[in-house]
Amino acid sequence: MQINRDELLKAYRRMRTIRAFEERVFAEFERGNIPGFVHLYSGQEASAVGVCMHLTDADKIGSTHRGHGHCIAKGVDVRSMMHEIFGRKDGLCGGKGGSMHIADLEKGMLGANAIVGGAPPLAVGAALAAKLKGEDSVAVSFTGDGGSNQGTVFEAMNLAVVLQLPAIFIFENNGFGEATGHDYAVGSRDIIGRVAGFGMPATRVDGRDFFAVHDAMGEAVRRARSGGGPSAIETVAKRFGGHYVGDPMRYRTAEERERTMRDDDPLIMFRRKVTDAQLLTPGQLDALDGEIAALVEASAQSAAQAPFPGAADLETDVYVTY
Amino acid sequence: MTQKSMRQALNEALRQEMRRDPRVLILGEDVAGGAGCEGEEDAYGGALGVTRGLVGEFGRTRVIDMPITESAIMGATAGAALAGLRPVADLMFVDFLGVCFDQIFNQAAKFRYMFGGKAVTPMVMRAMIGGGFRAGGQHSQTLHPMFTMVPGLKVVMPSTPYDAKGLLIQAIRDDDPVIFLEHKAMYDLMGEVPDEAYAIPFGEANVTREGTDVTVVAFSLMAARANDAADLLRKEGISVEVIDPRTTSPLDLDTILDSVENTGRLVVVDESPPRCSLAADIAAQVAEHGFSHLKAPILSVTCPHTPSPFSPSLEDLYMPSVDRIAAAIRKVVSR
Repeated sequence: MQINRDELLKAYRRMRTIRAFEERVFAEFERGNIPGFVHLYSGQEASAVGVCMHLTDADKIGSTHRGHGHCIAKGVDVRSMMHEIFGRKDGLCGGKGGSMHIADLEKGMLGANAIVGGAPPLAVGAALAAKLKGEDSVAVSFTGDGGSNQGTVFEAMNLAVVLQLPAIFIFENNGFGEATGHDYAVGSRDIIGRVAGFGMPATRVDGRDFFAVHDAMGEAVRRARSGGGPSAIETVAKRFGGHYVGDPMRYRTAEERERTMRDDDPLIMFRRKVTDAQLLTPGQLDALDGEIAALVEASAQSAAQAPFPGAADLETDVYVTY
Repeated sequence: MTQKSMRQALNEALRQEMRRDPRVLILGEDVAGGAGCEGEEDAYGGALGVTRGLVGEFGRTRVIDMPITESAIMGATAGAALAGLRPVADLMFVDFLGVCFDQIFNQAAKFRYMFGGKAVTPMVMRAMIGGGFRAGGQHSQTLHPMFTMVPGLKVVMPSTPYDAKGLLIQAIRDDDPVIFLEHKAMYDLMGEVPDEAYAIPFGEANVTREGTDVTVVAFSLMAARANDAADLLRKEGISVEVIDPRTTSPLDLDTILDSVENTGRLVVVDESPPRCSLAADIAAQVAEHGFSHLKAPILSVTCPHTPSPFSPSLEDLYMPSVDRIAAAIRKVVSR
C-alpha cells in the first residue's frame, strides 16, 4: 500500500512522540513527580500508530492500562495527557483518572482501562452504535496477549461476528502478561488462530514494523467500513520495560532486554526503511526529533507547575444530574 | 515473639498451612511469576510479594500461576473446594471482583444453602483493598460492604500482622468461603507475630484502645488511624475506646453494644462510600439494639459518594484521615 511523504512524517512524528513521552514519564516517575502506577508503551509504537493512522476522530478506540501510546497515536493532546498523569486539575480528566484512565472522547479515545480485557466489549458497543446510526466509522479495541485469554474478550468477539459489526480487535502480543510469559499463559500459543475460530478474518503481523501493521489495518478498516464485519490483528512486539515502572523484571534477563532494545526497535526500523528507500531524509527525521523533544519538555515543565485539584472538585462529575 | 511485617505474617500463615495440609494450594495471577519467561522463577511472588518463596518449597503444582482470567480463577477455586481441596485464590486487586462476580456471589457463596446443607466449600479469596496508592478508580476500592451483604461468605479485614496471620490460618481451616481483604498500604506494617501457627476465631472483636467517653469502630487501615486519633485525643482529655471487629461477617455486635453502653457515644469509621457501608450497617444495628445507651447521635466517617480519585490532592481528601476521625470524635463528645 502506498503512503505519501506527509503520512510517513505524521507516522514518524507520532511514534517518536510516544517514545519521547514515555521516556519522560519514566524519568518523572523515578523523580517522584508522578503518582500511582504507570505502564509504558516503548517498543510497541508501530502497533498503535500503524493502526491509528487509518482512523479519524469519528472512529473509536478502547485501550489498556498501557494506554499512553494509543492516546498519542489517536491524536490526543500531549500536554493535557502529561498534566493528567501528574494529577493536575487541568489534566485531560481533571486529575481524576490518571495514567490508567486517560480518555478523550472528542478524539474517539474511549479510555485507557485498568481492567484487563475491559476494552473489547466496549468497542463492540461503539461499533454497534456506528452501525445503527448508519455511520461508516469503526471501533477498535486494544488488548494484550495476557488480556487475549479473558472471557470478556471472547464474548465480545463472538458478539461482533453475530451482529457483523465494524469492530477491529487488535491483540498486542508484547510477550508478557505482567510477569508471566505469553508462551505459558496462552495455552495454544496462537492467539490469532484461536480468534479465527470465532469466524472473522485474523492476521498476525510483525508489530515492530509500522508498514506491516499499517497494511493489515488498512484491509481490516476497508472491510469494516464497507459492511464486511469484524477483523482481528495480532501485532507482535516486545515491550522494552517492565509491567510497570518500578518492576524489578526478574522474569527477564538483561541479555534478552538488551537484545530487544537493540534489534526490535520500531523507530530504528522505520528510520532505516524510509531513509534507505529515500522517502525521507535523516535531516527531516532529526528535525522532528528536536521538535518533539521540545514539546515533551514543555509539557512536563508546565505539568510540574500546574495546580492540583481541590476540595471543590472532589464530589463533582459523579452524575450528570442527581 | 519476633517482629514481622504484615507481608511476612501472611506468607508464614500460608506456608505453615500448606505444610500441615496437602489439600491447601494457591491459585492466582503471578503468585509465583516468571512462567514462560527467560528470567527467574518466582519473579513476583504475588503482585506485592506476599507469596514469594512458596513456589520454591511447594512447586508449581501447589502454587499455580493463572492466566489473567479472574472468572476462571474464582470458578476453579470454588469448584476445587467443592471437590475436596482447600484452595486459596489471589484475586490481586479487589476491583477485579467486577470480572468474576458470578463465581463468588452466585456460585461459591450459595452452594451450601442451595444444596440443602450438603456442600462444603472451604476456599479463601485473598485480595488487596484500599486507597493511598494513587491507583485511581479501578485499583483503589475496598468493596467489603458488597461481600458482607452476601449470605454464605465470611469477610475478614485484618489491621495488624498478628491478626493477619491468625485470621488467615483460620480462613484456610474454615469450612466456608472466606473473603480475606488485605489493605495494600499495610504490607510493610511491623508487629509482634509468634513463629508457631495459631488461629484467631472469626466474629471476635479486638478492643485496641480502652476508653470511657466514646466508642470508635473501625476495620483494617481505618483501625490503625482510629488508634492514632485516640492517642491524639488522650492529650486533649478525651478517652476513646477503639474496637476493631476484625471480621465484618460474622460481626461481633455484642462487643460494640457493650462498649456503647459504657460510653454512650459511637463513631464508625469506614473506608468506603457512605451508602450501604459498614458504617451505615453498624450505626443502624446500634440504633436498633442500643438506642437507650446513646447520649448523642451516631457519627460516621467515610469516603464521599464518588469513585476513588487519582490525584493525590483528591485522594487525601477522599480517605478518612486521622484529622477527620478526631474531628468527628470531638464533635460527638461535645454533644
